[in-house]
Amino acid sequence: MKHLKFSRKILGIPYAVFLLLFVAAPLIVLLYYAFTNGQGQFTAENLTGFFTDPNTVGTLFYSFGIAMVTTGVCLILAYPAAYILAVSKLKAKSVLVMLFVIPMWINFSLRITALKEILTWIEGNLAYHPFFNTVIGMSYDFLPFMILPIYTTISKLDGALLEAARDLGAGEAQAFLKVTLPLSLPGIISGVSMVFLPAMTNYVVLDMLYNSTYIMGSLIGSYFAAYNWHGGSMIALILLAIICLFTLFTSGMEEENTRGGTLL
Amino acid sequence: MMSEGRKRMAAFGLACGMLFFLFPACSFQAEAKGSGKEAGEKEVTLRVCNWEEYIDLGDWDEEETIDLPSGNVIGRRSMVDDFTEWYYETYGIRVKVEYSTFGTNEDLYNMLTLGDTYDLVCPSEYMIMKLMTEDRLLPLSDGFFDTSDPNNYYINGVSPYIQSVFDNNKIEGKKWSGYAAGYMWGITGIVYNPEAVSEREASSWKILNDPAYQRQITIKDNVRDSYFAAVGAVKSELLTSREFVDNPDYLKNLEREMNDTSPETIEKVQEYLQDVKNNCYSFETDSGKADMITGKVVANYQWSGDAVYTMDQADEEDYTLAFAVPEESTNIYFDGWALLKDGIGEDAAKQHAAEAFINFNSRADNVIRNMYYIGYTSVISGGEDMRIFEYADWCYGAEEDEEEVSDYDLGYFFSKEGKEGDYVISAPTEQVYRQLFAQYPTEEAISRSSIMVCFDEGQTKAINQMWINVRCYNIHDVPGWVWALIGSAVCASAAWGLKRWAVKKFPAL
Repeated sequence: MKHLKFSRKILGIPYAVFLLLFVAAPLIVLLYYAFTNGQGQFTAENLTGFFTDPNTVGTLFYSFGIAMVTTGVCLILAYPAAYILAVSKLKAKSVLVMLFVIPMWINFSLRITALKEILTWIEGNLAYHPFFNTVIGMSYDFLPFMILPIYTTISKLDGALLEAARDLGAGEAQAFLKVTLPLSLPGIISGVSMVFLPAMTNYVVLDMLYNSTYIMGSLIGSYFAAYNWHGGSMIALILLAIICLFTLFTSGMEEENTRGGTLL
Repeated sequence: MMSEGRKRMAAFGLACGMLFFLFPACSFQAEAKGSGKEAGEKEVTLRVCNWEEYIDLGDWDEEETIDLPSGNVIGRRSMVDDFTEWYYETYGIRVKVEYSTFGTNEDLYNMLTLGDTYDLVCPSEYMIMKLMTEDRLLPLSDGFFDTSDPNNYYINGVSPYIQSVFDNNKIEGKKWSGYAAGYMWGITGIVYNPEAVSEREASSWKILNDPAYQRQITIKDNVRDSYFAAVGAVKSELLTSREFVDNPDYLKNLEREMNDTSPETIEKVQEYLQDVKNNCYSFETDSGKADMITGKVVANYQWSGDAVYTMDQADEEDYTLAFAVPEESTNIYFDGWALLKDGIGEDAAKQHAAEAFINFNSRADNVIRNMYYIGYTSVISGGEDMRIFEYADWCYGAEEDEEEVSDYDLGYFFSKEGKEGDYVISAPTEQVYRQLFAQYPTEEAISRSSIMVCFDEGQTKAINQMWINVRCYNIHDVPGWVWALIGSAVCASAAWGLKRWAVKKFPAL
């Protein structure tokens, strides 16, 4: 089976080349620009500049705010929906799940345009509630990403554990709080990371819903439009660092939880 | 150390990469050989980069034919294909046009900096200025300005007014006209709904922060346009004063004031724009036109070409919109063709083809096709050829049964000396405030126009910082209750973590 081994290596090459060309190389360019100035000299000024300017720090704060509130709204909407869906004895369950996924098949800017008209119809003038509209737009856009992982974890939950809890005298609520909720945590965590991160940068939603305040994504764009590649790259890098930290943190939590799960 | 397998893989990858780079070269050579064999003639490749949707792509329906007294105009094929054919018929040289597009001036600049090579580009005036200062443009050849050559449609057809602007503006002692040939031009102003906003109110930049129209006006989402409008608003009193307007050096002073980047002005502009941000409907890049038509907003800061489009679209829904040019000043802008040193270099054949491309797009019938397709106004008036004026009349002239008619004089744009009276359109009176006014502004409106120069690096930096200050959320604006909420959340999670840690550490508790 020598030739098979060889072919496996060959099969890896397209992705390796892709990785090198489109992931590693741009990252190196990004790093280079982030830590140099216009004359090509090394500098950390872009980094310190970001954290000392009240506007850029404010933008980071604002993006965080939007992302947190969006994630919270999504969680509140998604968890009960996913729970009911998962525990229901309906035969047409898969059709219901489908209903949540279908919106994702429609082009996203088209959906936001439709939402814009609906919101205008309800609110009258959208410009008075930019933050509120943005959160609605983002929640609308990212909700399926929250529902699906939670639904999957809950529906895979071992029913025997719940029976055991009840046998041992736990009430409906207690069983949910002590068994279902902790065990669905991995689903919640992956849902949160799938909503939180894009919500920090997806400025198209803000543009389309008339929110004139910058978030991280639009801030990077404005730096590049002003030919300031160095500052723009640094912001992109900072965002990347935040995403890495966030992922590390959530995967750490997940690990701890799965360990807790096996112990149980 | 690399294992044997890995080495092999690396070598394979390298080989793949090299193949990747070699392939185009091989195929290019083959192509060149092939065409040489066929006819024994060379082919010139011309790389053109223009704005998106900024040239006639042809394919018109038969009923779209524009029937002018001097003949019909219709776009059957794309302008680029027509040019290729015309160039071969006229000069006997085959040309292959590689046509690509860009979205914003800054995008084009970044593309050029990253190493994309083009021969002919069509940026706006300030980007042409920037490229000129960076010595990246090739001057147009003497042959291009030879008025005796009938194929030199540009120099024989360009509006004398536009040519004078191009002659009078200099970069480092060099005239614009030597380096750029105009394509489309326009001014900035306010599209408004005459039922909600009066013409007088729309004729001032100060409308943008007028609380009477709170959350009902959109403004452009780009720093240069916003800056211009804001300077107009904060200097409104000075700019409209008798003393300032009657000064013999009015135009010079106006240009200086509108391009003022002193720290005090930037600070005032920032304050004004912050006010605008809290008062306007939104900063828009593209949604302004649609929002105007659907009635979400009552006024919209707009470029004249897009203003024509907005009013046309509104007309189709029986909704009347109008256009006003602010009293303080209006920004006159141009998009123009410029030859790039990087692309053309010493290649005379290429330069000839590039200049011919400009000339072909300046031929009266092609000008009309482009104008009809894009909706903007060409810098070409046609010279002896009356078709462009006929087209303006065809678009906006009054029908015979029109009740209210006004004379609209376009002599300043179309006429060469001594023929001033010949270019008057008798148009429906309302057109004086509408499409005709946006397409060909009156001499009176143009008299208060100013160009916006290309700012140097320091100025650009200061203005962009101002823009970021306006658009970003300032950390000092975070309300106290948010800080309190964050503080308590942090405390609560810390307490929870501590408790967990304690329970783990001392299970006995």
